[in-house]
Amino acid sequence: MPSLTRWYLKSGLLYLTAALLLGLILVLPFRDRLPLFVHYLSPAYFHLFMVGWVTQMIFGVIYWMFPIISRARPRGNEMVGWASYLLLNSGLLLRVLVEPLHGSQSNSSLGWLLALSALLQWLAAVLFVILAWPRVKERYRGE
Amino acid sequence: MPRLSQWLIRAALLYLLAGFTVGALLLGHKGVPFHPALWSWLPAHIEFLLIGWIMQLTMGVAYWILPRFWDKPRHAHLVYAQTAFVLLNVGIWLVVIGGLWRDGRSLLWLGRAMELGAAVAFARYTWGRVVGREG
Repeated sequence: MPSLTRWYLKSGLLYLTAALLLGLILVLPFRDRLPLFVHYLSPAYFHLFMVGWVTQMIFGVIYWMFPIISRARPRGNEMVGWASYLLLNSGLLLRVLVEPLHGSQSNSSLGWLLALSALLQWLAAVLFVILAWPRVKERYRGE
Repeated sequence: MPRLSQWLIRAALLYLLAGFTVGALLLGHKGVPFHPALWSWLPAHIEFLLIGWIMQLTMGVAYWILPRFWDKPRHAHLVYAQTAFVLLNVGIWLVVIGGLWRDGRSLLWLGRAMELGAAVAFARYTWGRVVGREG
């Protein structure tokens, strides 16, 4: 299993744990007495699960299992894969930190960080599609 | 990877792009509001990613990975899987357009029915390939 896949899968497992922990916090009986920002964590819970866990597991497995391009460059440009991984994770973490604070404070500089988080995650998806696209093909037969 | 898997997976990757694009606009708008009408695209964001990306990618990988039939044709009843691909992709767009258009209730309904049809057709096709080692 390539190193990038291991990072995707292990990060995914951590996000799964974090998402379910957050899901637990969101239904605590004394939730109303928790700080205000906790009330704005529902989107973070959902996106930790769907982006952090589901999408990241899929990315890791695609990078590992899809047909190779050639013996010389089996999985394409690995740097593109790492850039996608770093952008996705930095964007998602930024969202999880900033979104509840922005919701509870309406601070304009936090709003720009939220927009930055959106841009980082979008770039991650674009890079991943660029990386995966040439590997959606017949099995490599050594030509 | 068989041809139909390539179609399903490439379509799924395009929906990943579409879903992340709409999602990035929504999240950016939440931080720095630029157009209130953007919130009406939230159902499209969910549709693109749940049905277009995750469901379609799963179908593409299942079609590729599940055991094939021993005797020819090795992809028997292929028409069911092909029908699922068409129904799913038309259905997604009908759901998205129906959700955005004020009088789009019937399109929404038709789109959801086509997605259901895609699931049934794909299940019909896949059923025979979910087998043990003995076939």
